[in-house]
Amino acid sequence: MNFLQRLFWPPNPETEPDNMSGNVEPGSIKITNMNLCSLPPGLHIGKYSDLGQVRERNEDSFYIVASTMNTNYGEEPFGIFIVADGMGGHEKGDIASSVAANTTANALLTEIYLPILTNNHNTNSDRPINEALVAAVEQANVAVQKSAPEGGTTLTAAMVMGNSAYIAHIGDTRAYLFNKDGLKQITEDHSLAQRLKATGQATPEQIAQIENVLYRAIGQSSSIEVDTHFQYLPPGNSLLLCSDGLWKGIDDDGVIQETLNKTSSPQEACEKLVAIANNNGGDDNITIIIISIGGEA
Amino acid sequence: MAFETQHLGASDSNSGTGDLDENILPKGAILQNRYEIIKVLGMGGMGAVYLAQDLHFSGIKRMCAVKEMISTTPDPQVRRLAVESFVREANLLAELNHAGIPKIIDFFTESIRSYLVMEFVEGEDLEETLENSEGMLKESTVLDWAIQICDVLAFLHSKAIVFRDLKPANIMLRRGSDNKICLIDFGIAKAFEVGQKGTMIGTEGYSPPEQYRGVAEPRGDIYALGATLHHLLTKRDPRLEPPFTFHEEPVRLLNPVISEETSAVIMKALEYDPDKRYGSAQEYKDALQAALRKDRSVLNRPAAPPNATQFLTDPSPAAPSVHPQATPNFPPQPYPQQPAHPGYPPQPYPQQPAHPGYPPQPYPQQPQPGYPAQPYPYPQPPPGTSMLTGGLEADIEDSILPVWKFKCEDEIRGKAPTADDKNLFIGVYDNNIYAISLKDGKFQWKFASEGGISGKPALYKDRLIFGSEDRVAYAISTTGRLIWTCPTEGRIRSSPIVEFDHAFFGSDDHRLYAVNAQTGRVIWRYEAVGPIRSSPTLGDELVYVGSEDAHLYAIDLSSGAVRWKFRANRPITSSPTLYEDMILVGSSDWNLYSVDAKSGYVNWRTRTGNAIISSPTVVDGVVYVGSTDKHLYAVDARTGRVNWKFNADSPIVSTPAVTDEAIYFGTTTGEVISLTRKDRKVRWRFKTGGPIPASPLIQDGIVYIGSTDHYVYALPA
Repeated sequence: MNFLQRLFWPPNPETEPDNMSGNVEPGSIKITNMNLCSLPPGLHIGKYSDLGQVRERNEDSFYIVASTMNTNYGEEPFGIFIVADGMGGHEKGDIASSVAANTTANALLTEIYLPILTNNHNTNSDRPINEALVAAVEQANVAVQKSAPEGGTTLTAAMVMGNSAYIAHIGDTRAYLFNKDGLKQITEDHSLAQRLKATGQATPEQIAQIENVLYRAIGQSSSIEVDTHFQYLPPGNSLLLCSDGLWKGIDDDGVIQETLNKTSSPQEACEKLVAIANNNGGDDNITIIIISIGGEA
Repeated sequence: MAFETQHLGASDSNSGTGDLDENILPKGAILQNRYEIIKVLGMGGMGAVYLAQDLHFSGIKRMCAVKEMISTTPDPQVRRLAVESFVREANLLAELNHAGIPKIIDFFTESIRSYLVMEFVEGEDLEETLENSEGMLKESTVLDWAIQICDVLAFLHSKAIVFRDLKPANIMLRRGSDNKICLIDFGIAKAFEVGQKGTMIGTEGYSPPEQYRGVAEPRGDIYALGATLHHLLTKRDPRLEPPFTFHEEPVRLLNPVISEETSAVIMKALEYDPDKRYGSAQEYKDALQAALRKDRSVLNRPAAPPNATQFLTDPSPAAPSVHPQATPNFPPQPYPQQPAHPGYPPQPYPQQPAHPGYPPQPYPQQPQPGYPAQPYPYPQPPPGTSMLTGGLEADIEDSILPVWKFKCEDEIRGKAPTADDKNLFIGVYDNNIYAISLKDGKFQWKFASEGGISGKPALYKDRLIFGSEDRVAYAISTTGRLIWTCPTEGRIRSSPIVEFDHAFFGSDDHRLYAVNAQTGRVIWRYEAVGPIRSSPTLGDELVYVGSEDAHLYAIDLSSGAVRWKFRANRPITSSPTLYEDMILVGSSDWNLYSVDAKSGYVNWRTRTGNAIISSPTVVDGVVYVGSTDKHLYAVDARTGRVNWKFNADSPIVSTPAVTDEAIYFGTTTGEVISLTRKDRKVRWRFKTGGPIPASPLIQDGIVYIGSTDHYVYALPA
């Protein structure tokens, strides 16, 4: 169990009390049953990026920025969360994924966030958010083609503004929604395997052979197609972003859901999930970000 | 100094068309050693039209128009075909000799460009004339032009040529010629063979229906002339309206000064079925001349289409206060009680800050041509005219008494009001949102936009979100303070709905917008083909909305991509309603449709006797909807069978409100009617001073409804 100890896992999860009311600070909200669906108000973030058991390099990248502004309509959280899974080997993969994540973050901060801070945006020239998301990922594509010409990467980015998440996605990294109704995958995998499964055109064996082929990714051509989604995130909801090391490593969304049900913080959830994936072989790099919206539902 | 044609980059042309921009000839360029380019007159689809000087005439300044055709296609075969077609056109036109068309002087080709040199017609085109005019154009002047145009058309048709793109911008008034016209831009005039099909060309709005199917024949030019005359006499630009809806707003409805004869002649040319129009330009000219001479005998021909007949025999003249000799600045007086209000005109059409030459039309969905039906003077010119002094206090018979009534400065046209627990919020055509206390009708505050507000404001947390005809969507607090604005490119008549922290609404710029309700930032927008005036409705994952382009769209909430679309035969102005697994919506094609919410397939449709503008309301499996055929319908939601219909004696545009006991709706003769749900007996009728396109809001036993008589009423339910 060496690798488990490396993860700073609380030594005895079974003895962790479900009822945390005794540990609540005076004056703060009393929550009798802490879990991801009932956290104190605000954004709660967990992250983990792990090499896994087999690979030599971690070609996953992630990027997180989170802020809270106090506006005249209350506290307004803002965050950008990105997971990118690089491919190409020989360093190309991790250059590709980190360039993609950073370029996307930069574009979104510049176009959307900084104008809010500097009170400098002109509603007449603001383009719709879905177009801004696509443009940011297109910029990332250009940057990856320049700095890692033989590399490629997936990218799943979520920009959270208040109770709304705006997601840009390409590849087979995933975004899930988790709440008391369960776990639901938001994004669609751009993998050949997924396509064949969905259209019922191949046998499971045939699909297993082409597991890793993507028909959409950053860095593979000068034009890319980016999916965008808007996801409403009221209190009690969580967004989970992950690379395929997680969902291939835990080949059952039910297990993920169960694990999420039993944790009291996003960080703890990330660590537990990585542990399970590694336990199952850890064939790939595993990266997870979990964002939970706290407050009264 | 002569030099070969230079292909420089920038030039002083305006509005280029993509790559053709770089190919514009610069000033001073000389073609064929003879034509020196002076400036660009305009851009056509295939190249520019230049003003050039013919250098052969060295002693004088002899001008000509040079029309350029550049074939940008790389395929030599396609290019050859294009040039051949251009050559054919040039030869055709070169044979023509008529005062009403420019003469062809020369034709030549230089590499990939072909040029047609024509007489330069100096003057102003009718689109400019219309824009620059104050008030309406004079009937006799326009008729005179029309008669001249018929002459030219008759000439062209006799040479087997269809003009195909007749519109005000293509009709020039020759300078210094005493109103002589000349048709320009033969870009698409084609020799026709009867029944020939080709691609659709022609300007939307003026083109006849069959031209959209590729059929071009002389009666299409008759239609286009009718559309042109309609525009010239009403300032209603058909390009901004749903196609083929001229009969919903006949000439006389929008400009009552025009004689019945003239109006009827124009409307006959605009018949949907070519067989019902004038058979030839000569016949049309005869009718126009007769109208000019006010000769009724020529016009009483058999088998006139129903609308026109109704129109000619309409017994009720315009309301008493219309001045028969009104000048183009009709009506002369502003409505006396109107305070001056920015953006709110005391006079109709010309002073509207809206689209040039385009007036805010009277309530856009007035469907019936014969319909200025009766005592209510409303259908005539829009807000602010003196008509309403007549009806307002005089004959209101109430069978119930209002709890209170509140007077605004203009008509209340749109959807229902919204209310929180203290105040009623209502949008009015005087550009304001009013907050009125629910209990006693006392004015609380008003917020001014710069255009009429005809939608229902959406109440979301502490704010109201609504759209205005000034093209902007607003969020204001429930205390009247501005929070954010979101500009669009078209008037907003649709009512926003708010869910998941986002507001969804349509605009006349053809788009459905999804906007973050906190910040006003657009998250996505979907582009339809026509204005979106209906209000959207939300399902779990889809937004449903109708458009004036006759479609009902289902758009994915999260990505803004279309999932399916359903096509009716006429505009869908009615807002869709979601009931269980179906979407219910009415169309101007007279039908109420039930469409499967997931797939867009039609479950059933039920035909009424006229256009449906009202939105359906569903309660307990029964769909209640009003039709402009004067009936309120109760239809079974599962089968589409009509359970019953109630004759309200007046078109119903308002959306019915339904409670456990009763149904409430407004009519265009100004009544609010309440029926029992069980056996549709009239519980009461309440008369107001003007038509009621708005819908009622029922809260705590009170019915709140606005009328075009400028009042908001609170009636006991």
